[in-house]
Amino acid sequence: MIEKSAPDAQQRTRRKRSKIRLREQVMGWLFVGPFGIVFLALLIAPLAYALYLSLFQKRLIGGTSFVFLDNYVKAFTDPSFLSGSWFVVRFSLVSIPLQIVVALAMALILDAVTSMFTRFSRLMIFLPYAIPTVIGAVMWGFLYSKSFGPLADLFGLFGAAPPDFLGGNLIFYGLVNIVTWQWAGYYMIILYAALQGIDPALYEAARMDGAGKWQIALRIKIPLITPALLLILVFALIGTLQFFNEPQILRSLAAGTIGPDFTPNMYAYQQAFALANFNYGSAISFALGGIVFVGVYAFLFFTRKRRSFL
Amino acid sequence: MTRDRSRRRPQSHLPLQVLLGFLVVYFLVPFWWVIVNSSKDAPGLFGGGNTLWFADRIDYLGNLQQLFTYDNGIYGRWILNSTLYALVGGLGATVLAVMAGYGFAKYRFTGRRFSFSLVLGALMVPATALVIPTFMMFSEFGLTNTIWAVIIPSLLNPFGVYLMHVYARDAVPDEILDAARADGAGEVRTFLQVAFPLMRPAVVTVLLLSAVASWNNYFLPLAMLSDNRLFPVTVGLGLWQGIASANNAGSTSLWSLIILGALVSVVPLVIAFFTLQRHWRGGLSVGGLR
Repeated sequence: MIEKSAPDAQQRTRRKRSKIRLREQVMGWLFVGPFGIVFLALLIAPLAYALYLSLFQKRLIGGTSFVFLDNYVKAFTDPSFLSGSWFVVRFSLVSIPLQIVVALAMALILDAVTSMFTRFSRLMIFLPYAIPTVIGAVMWGFLYSKSFGPLADLFGLFGAAPPDFLGGNLIFYGLVNIVTWQWAGYYMIILYAALQGIDPALYEAARMDGAGKWQIALRIKIPLITPALLLILVFALIGTLQFFNEPQILRSLAAGTIGPDFTPNMYAYQQAFALANFNYGSAISFALGGIVFVGVYAFLFFTRKRRSFL
Repeated sequence: MTRDRSRRRPQSHLPLQVLLGFLVVYFLVPFWWVIVNSSKDAPGLFGGGNTLWFADRIDYLGNLQQLFTYDNGIYGRWILNSTLYALVGGLGATVLAVMAGYGFAKYRFTGRRFSFSLVLGALMVPATALVIPTFMMFSEFGLTNTIWAVIIPSLLNPFGVYLMHVYARDAVPDEILDAARADGAGEVRTFLQVAFPLMRPAVVTVLLLSAVASWNNYFLPLAMLSDNRLFPVTVGLGLWQGIASANNAGSTSLWSLIILGALVSVVPLVIAFFTLQRHWRGGLSVGGLR
């Protein structure tokens, strides 16, 4: 977005300028080209192919036929797809604000207090991000487990029955907990880095004006890191809406609770790979991708922060 | 600045530090559980002893030996596979992202704005939506169930391009590039010897994030691979967990392998993050500051 300085360009002769322009053209495309090929082959082509596949239907008799939007009509009237989508929406509404509040609180504490312990804490809080989501889900699966998890011991101390985070309604909170544990530290690091980038002179000025610590946090720090907050909100949205790994892993431990249609992604996976129904699986994938894209874009547009992020 | 304040009134921060202490415990509990329980044998694991403390018999070495010999040492293969996928995929994705980010930031060519907005749009496309169609395409080329089915898709990293673009735009002044050109350096040399060193923190960040993303990948290899000797460790452990849950009583020994396997699979990532942390954090802040 940076323009070449105008007076400099004016001094050059026209021929030189066109030579430079040609160089910019060629070199620009040479640098961007390799990624461009990968982009076309691994993003544009699969999306186009998914769209194409989603318009067909394979039948036992009569082979594959063009059905236009039938798969989409089917998806949006399919109780499995709708209940999975509804779960993901509810899950986003609870888990995303929670993750962001936890991350923000930790970032503000770590920014305000500097000691050996806070440096250590910063690393430890970030640690779960370094863990594959699958391994994180496996670990929490153990902790929730009735046969070798610590919950039974812990609640046994008080003579209470342990909550079953793998069953019934509690699976929702069991998953909220896993996701928060996994991602809050990563978001914290992004917010912390943004906080560290604020000029300390601003705090000094605020203190001169009589602002307390809370006022500095609420009126100076948080407003100044709005772009970073927005960035992690978008990350969390995109990540949560394509929820797959954690419930897929916990399925074997919570067989009665997590069905193959628990989230739209799991449903698409089941349709494509368990039932070999690639057309319908593609339609679900494409619909889901489209909804996420439109949703995130609309969000950025309406918050008028599109430019600051992009 | 913050340090001055804490030196003046250290006691006022005590409640915050205590709160932080509780959070740290919460974040570490799963690790503690895995470290403790990977020392146990099957009776220790299921014997009803304290699940958050060591059993009488601590047998890391025996368990490790079991882990790496079970099923002809398949676990070791999974770790090697993950390493290969993470290194090749991560390096490839980084090279592409660094070049593209620099190209977008430093050259004004026709179609630049349009292409860059495509890349930004791609940030919002959920990666999992691409898995099924990519699988279908790859199966037409006979690429499924090969290592390429995992490595090639991990070359796509629009976020890396975005990060490199922002970083190159801010950290590499045009004047320096023009000076290098005036001194007779070609474009490639200018890029490698002048721009690249300035972009290093972001390059390390993109490399680390891409490698970790490949190491963590689950959905894609789960869909692409059917031969368990090609599995990365994530899919392998998921497979074991499914087997162990399916016949709980018959596979108590498998549970201890899964617990230790989870611990071992985490070690390389933790080492990578902590040895490189000084480099990557600087690069990560960039995306959040605009």
